[in-house]
Amino acid sequence: MYLVYTDEQTAFQQRVRSFLAEQWTSAENKKDPAFIARFRQQATDAGYLYRGVPRRYGGSEQAPDVIRAQIIREEFAAARAPMEVPGNGVALVVPTLIEWGTDEQKDMFIRKTLTGEYRWAQGYSEPGSGSDLASLTSRAVLDGDEWVINGHKIWTTLAQYATHMFALLRTEPDAPKHKGISYILLDMKAPGVTVRPIQQINGDTEFCEVFLDDVRTPASWLVGPRGEGWNVSRSTLKHERNHIGSSTRTVPMFRSLVKLAQRRQINGRPAIEDPRIRSALVQIDGYLQSQLWAGYYQQTLAANSESPGVLGLVNKLTTTNFFHRVAQLSTEIIGNDTLLAPKQGRERGGDERWVNQMLGSLGQAISGGTSNIQRNIIAERGLGLPRSGSEN
Amino acid sequence: MRFDLTDEQKSLRNMLGEFFGERFGGAQGVEAIAQPALDAGLWSAVTELGLAGAMVPEEDGGLGLDLLTATVIAEVLGHFAVPAPVLPSILAAWVIAAAGNAEQKGKWLPRLLGEGAQAAFALAEDGGWSPADWTLAGAQLTGTKLYVERADSADLFIVGGKDGLLAIVEAGDATPTPVDTLDRTRPLFTLSFDAAAADVLATDPALASRLFDALCITTAADALGAACAIQARAVDYAKERRQYGQLIGSFQALKHQLADMSVELEPARPLVWYAAHAWDMGQDDAPRTAALAKAHLTDIAVQVARGAIEAHGGIGYTWEHPAHLFLKRAMADRSALGSVNVHRERAAVLAGW
Repeated sequence: MYLVYTDEQTAFQQRVRSFLAEQWTSAENKKDPAFIARFRQQATDAGYLYRGVPRRYGGSEQAPDVIRAQIIREEFAAARAPMEVPGNGVALVVPTLIEWGTDEQKDMFIRKTLTGEYRWAQGYSEPGSGSDLASLTSRAVLDGDEWVINGHKIWTTLAQYATHMFALLRTEPDAPKHKGISYILLDMKAPGVTVRPIQQINGDTEFCEVFLDDVRTPASWLVGPRGEGWNVSRSTLKHERNHIGSSTRTVPMFRSLVKLAQRRQINGRPAIEDPRIRSALVQIDGYLQSQLWAGYYQQTLAANSESPGVLGLVNKLTTTNFFHRVAQLSTEIIGNDTLLAPKQGRERGGDERWVNQMLGSLGQAISGGTSNIQRNIIAERGLGLPRSGSEN
Repeated sequence: MRFDLTDEQKSLRNMLGEFFGERFGGAQGVEAIAQPALDAGLWSAVTELGLAGAMVPEEDGGLGLDLLTATVIAEVLGHFAVPAPVLPSILAAWVIAAAGNAEQKGKWLPRLLGEGAQAAFALAEDGGWSPADWTLAGAQLTGTKLYVERADSADLFIVGGKDGLLAIVEAGDATPTPVDTLDRTRPLFTLSFDAAAADVLATDPALASRLFDALCITTAADALGAACAIQARAVDYAKERRQYGQLIGSFQALKHQLADMSVELEPARPLVWYAAHAWDMGQDDAPRTAALAKAHLTDIAVQVARGAIEAHGGIGYTWEHPAHLFLKRAMADRSALGSVNVHRERAAVLAGW
């Protein structure tokens, strides 16, 4: 075990630092979208962004290197420099197109997704198909050289701002449920697409319902083979997956919680001096440090192409449990402020903003596979216990 | 940057897993594992492995390995609830090699490393376990030490005293009285000294703290091993036991309970590895991380062991089934060297909170 960088890695770190010092830190127009776009292009040319994407589609086409990717993330975060365009497009659509797309699809979509011109809505969940996603019923029927799409998608993140949707649609109604689904792209401005934002329990509207009524999309916007959409949708970034990604959220969150406990009073003394609060804080720190080092361990395993085994299956629950523990302790610390409604949008308000943590931690427990689905996955794939149901 | 064991550490882990697995891993019952007196055959086989010299420098005849390696060994010992004082011998040999003079090293290291001499730590007093709580002083020690593991067969005691005193007392100079011990794999004794001759190794609070941290880290690893072992047994049982015409492991309530154990245990191993690594590198965060790991791992280990016994149903609640050995091992690890709250408070103070 050694937790320092090699000489070669240190030299790379220095190059990233110099690049950031020249191109970002000293810049004055950091909020100008045109400047940010130029900066991203320079960072891509230097090999720091879009490393898994071929050059001909606007990426930097670098050999996979988990440690270099980590250095880039650390240095960009320290300089508060923007990294890749956030969202489903870069994270999910681009890798899927690289693996399954036709040349025409790659030319048409990848570059504009990397620049943020195309923004993608994920058309997966339906009112009747949540955890049991493969039971989805929204359908696409081929009519000449177009698909005609009818159905109803839900929990579609930021669909109100999306230019396109990547959707799982039933194209082979007579095939077994996993075999009858295709992965199809569509234009959100096409006639028949209706978006209705959904208000969440914290007042935000991050996701929507999307109604699809006789929506037409080109036949050539089918990604991968017909009926193979389930497998196509499983493509993820295989290279340089960020194993310590959760810690970039949990470490600062814990730091804020400690500051809150130092600032708030309980019985006329700083809350952090209350034995129960103190003990609970250290307990959470135990989970935090475990998550952090488990992340570095998994990153090392990934760099050596070794499997993390059961550990690789527990990450989502680890983060969910952490968020919930922080939420519970924060409400204990802020006391009666828990009775107040948190402010919405950019108004931060007072300490009642921690109530958002209690509400938001529920979102973490539900989205991307509920905690109970995670437990099924750990039990069945990790511990080899018998399957119940057929959720995957 | 590489956060993983070395290939040598991994093969040592596998080798010890086979070695102790043959003896304690299968259908062996409670009587095989929970032995009131140290099994001479087991101890001589363990001595042949040369583990006691793990952390002793090569020039002193040891293997020159680090605490991370000892932590890997400790997890295996916990996994098989090994009824032999392997860890005390490793750390006693380390502290003698680190602090002893030529005469002390010449007298004890060959015996510990090659001849099967057995060491025990005599640290706890009425006031607590940590160096700040040790009160014995002088070249002639008088007083009482509590919870000394296998003191009946020990050849030497490493005794903790005032101001970071660490001294060797030979077996004949102290009187052990057995304690009816919860963890039958590690019987405890009260140890009385009446003007006992103390061969002083060091009077160095920093060394005493380092020894205490090393004990905390390896104890945390022992608890992790015990908890993982009993979870694995519960998982195996869920794949064999049928009720309502199906394997109980197909019921989601039980699956989720067993899965939640993995959520607790799996990320905890890298924490104890990091604690050992920080200790090995002499980092500033080593004492706090040791306290954090001791509190966290022993706490979740007991929680997991309870759940795993519950998952066994009635058979897990019998004396005959070995499940309780792992619960009790984890409970002992949780209480020894100071309870969870003691170490959480220590971690809070060391964070400047």
